[in-house]
Amino acid sequence: MTPAAWPCPTPDGGSAEEYALCCDRGRARRLLIVPALFDEANRLRRLTVEVMRRLDGAGIDSILPDLPGCNESLQPLEAQTPMGWRAAMAAAAAHFGATHVLGIRGGAMLTPGPLPGWHYAPSKGASILRQLIRARILASRETGISESQDSLLEQGLAKGLELAGFRLGPVLLGEFQGLTPVPGARIVDQDTIGGGGLWLRADPGEDRDQADALAAVLAIGIAA
Amino acid sequence: MPTETDQLLRRILTDVLGLKAGQAEGFTAETGLFGHLPELDSMAVAGLLTEMEDRLDIMIEDDEIDGELLETYGSLLAFAEAKRASA
Repeated sequence: MTPAAWPCPTPDGGSAEEYALCCDRGRARRLLIVPALFDEANRLRRLTVEVMRRLDGAGIDSILPDLPGCNESLQPLEAQTPMGWRAAMAAAAAHFGATHVLGIRGGAMLTPGPLPGWHYAPSKGASILRQLIRARILASRETGISESQDSLLEQGLAKGLELAGFRLGPVLLGEFQGLTPVPGARIVDQDTIGGGGLWLRADPGEDRDQADALAAVLAIGIAA
Repeated sequence: MPTETDQLLRRILTDVLGLKAGQAEGFTAETGLFGHLPELDSMAVAGLLTEMEDRLDIMIEDDEIDGELLETYGSLLAFAEAKRASA
């Protein structure tokens, strides 16, 4: 498993280098993985990489690109938009010659439409946002500050908002509320994988059985 | 006989806290949650409440959430039961 760089389109029409973690042996079957978003990306990173290792053993290449502004990216998160992220993932798919795509949780809203693929436990923008804002309200309350969903959202749409350590810009917050998973993908729900979703955990974890199950669904589907 | 809400709530806590199978079965009304379980920070509490909304089919207002609600398993269960009864 190696890191690779790829040219990612920037909002001003230029291009910036982003990283992707790759299991790439130049094979015909190539899965692009659009990661989960924000704090869920951290909690699901181990599972994602464990699935990549299993796919490698099954003869399938996989590519896990960074979304601009996230993980190792040098771009400012505040300047990113969902439409920009979709364009970035389409560019990554083209650059790496992906034949299939997997979107994880919020990543399901960003998968390149034309590729056949899967959405693992897809989530909607509105619910991701609601939970991030709720976490901020709870954290603020512990320090004696009273905030509400409506006032924070209003403030965010005007000048951006910091949620759980992520500085989100007004355009992202505005577009995110109505964002839903890209239609057409096959949905892999948690009941298929078994156990509790690792994105729910307070601390990042891993689960061998869940990685086995998700990799099996993908490997069987890609081979078909 | 545990109620359906009771069973669902134990499942949710098992998933959120990453408990071993059966561990949540040992929770009593007096089992301490927030403050006793180090895993429950504000992000985890937000996740717990959102998961309760989804699986119990209820809506929780942010101003309904206070320290007392999450003090013990009993208080959280009573809240969930009342929410479902009025839904």
